Amino acid sequence: MSYSDKVIDHYNNPRNVGSMDKGSSEVGTGLVGAPECGDVMKLQIKVNPQTSIIEDAKFKTFGCGSAIASSSLATEWVKGKTVEEALAIKNTEIVKELSLPPVKIHCSVLAEDAIRAAIHDWKKKQETAKPVAVAAQ
Amino acid sequence: MSTDVKTIPQMEQTAPNGVKLPIYMDNHATTPMDPRVLEEMLPYFMEKFGNAASRNHSFGWAGEEGVETARERIAKLIGATTKEIIFTSGATESDNLAIKGVAEMYKEKGNHIITAVTEHKAVLDTCKRLEKYGYRVTYLPVQKDGLVDLEDLKRAMDAKTILVTIMFANNEIGVLQPVAEIGKLCHERGVIFHTDATQAVGKVPIDVNKLNIDLMSISAHKMYGPKGVGALYVRRKNPRVQISAIIDGGGHERGMRSGTLNVAGIVGLGKACAIASEEMAKEACHLAGMRNRLRDRIMSRLDEVYINGSWDHRLPGNLNISFAYVEGESLLMGINDIAVSSGSACTSATLEPSYVLKALGTGDDLAHSSIRFGIGRFNTEAEIDYVADRVVETVSRLRELSPLYEMAKEGVDLKSVKWAAE
Repeated sequence: MSYSDKVIDHYNNPRNVGSMDKGSSEVGTGLVGAPECGDVMKLQIKVNPQTSIIEDAKFKTFGCGSAIASSSLATEWVKGKTVEEALAIKNTEIVKELSLPPVKIHCSVLAEDAIRAAIHDWKKKQETAKPVAVAAQ
Repeated sequence: MSTDVKTIPQMEQTAPNGVKLPIYMDNHATTPMDPRVLEEMLPYFMEKFGNAASRNHSFGWAGEEGVETARERIAKLIGATTKEIIFTSGATESDNLAIKGVAEMYKEKGNHIITAVTEHKAVLDTCKRLEKYGYRVTYLPVQKDGLVDLEDLKRAMDAKTILVTIMFANNEIGVLQPVAEIGKLCHERGVIFHTDATQAVGKVPIDVNKLNIDLMSISAHKMYGPKGVGALYVRRKNPRVQISAIIDGGGHERGMRSGTLNVAGIVGLGKACAIASEEMAKEACHLAGMRNRLRDRIMSRLDEVYINGSWDHRLPGNLNISFAYVEGESLLMGINDIAVSSGSACTSATLEPSYVLKALGTGDDLAHSSIRFGIGRFNTEAEIDYVADRVVETVSRLRELSPLYEMAKEGVDLKSVKWAAE
């Protein structure tokens, strides 16, 4: 198996490894994949409710080098973007950036899914949190 | 693939304790040649180039002499006679010749073949092809430890059974099947017994008579010999086993395998067997010692590490372990100065995790996390220690990165999680 320099770099120096409090209303958590399939990604975002800007992102991944690199790159890319901008990230851009071979494309798909799942989780929290926020005012 | 993709650069060439990198610890895939084997082969490329089938000049005689010496050495290692050794291109051909050869020769007698789900593809795919031609094949399951249940075998045998083909030692988990008992069962019922002994010959004692083996596949490159040469043992009496040829031509090897003999390769196989006859007992102890050291140095420092397959019935140089919550290919990437294999889907052409581990009932998640260490003649204790350190360090690092490890540590039952697969 051959890897691009960028995959190797992300594997050796993964960016933004870690976890955030998944109970926090500002944090969205995406957990995608399955252990049986050999890939599980957890991607978390911390969003500023005023600006909708993703201020921080963390990940943990069980998977091959390409899966680790795809999720590491995803955290780099979502940071500083608004939620809507982050939703526009396409797996094909990850494929291109990391020069993933065809057999590893599913890693990039999973990373895109992880971003979407994290944002979905955050949005859900905002909807349920709204009445509370109103009441507090 | 684009031009900016390249293979992982090898790391520095030496490590502490004088260990030379990269380390080869994948001796079930192939072994390096023993220098003594090469030395014995060399004259057969230039000086003694004759065709062993040339009966009327000294060039041919020299070739024939090399071949016959090799035949004697192989026969001696397995307790056979020279007339029972047929040279082939390797164990895949030997498996094909044994199974297809019996199927064809005994088709009047029956059409049923029994094998096991953990066999090498050379056996499984040959059986599958025969199914297309109307043969009936029973694929026996294996127990949790990787061994065939003899009661299952008894139940599977019927009046139409002509062949049982069960491997001696598994190439992934190194598990040794109860060959003696299988051989006895087969002979009691007049069924021919073939065993693919690719991984076992030269590693564990084999006596084809004591074990009631009728056909046995042998490969040179798994025992420090050259690639592209192997043999098939074919029993000549008690009972006499006959096989149809699958390669027709000049009638070499008693008509069972035509084609000019690979004299240099055969000489190499013979020398590899001669060395094994001399050194196997001592070497097995040494390999098992190093294998146990590797196991202990890994398992004493990491939790949730599982050995795949029976520990007691195992090749001395094999260690196959799963590192829970860590995916095999990413582990291989982290120990890229060590050559080992993984049962992970990501390392296979089919993108399926190891069918052998799945057959043991190992969950797919643990199959993805498995590494096979194949310790061989040229590995050293210093290498074992280096490998153990690198594995422990890499697994620890990847577990810090693993959401599954984090969840397990938080007390989440991973089996109860509803995974949103892609």
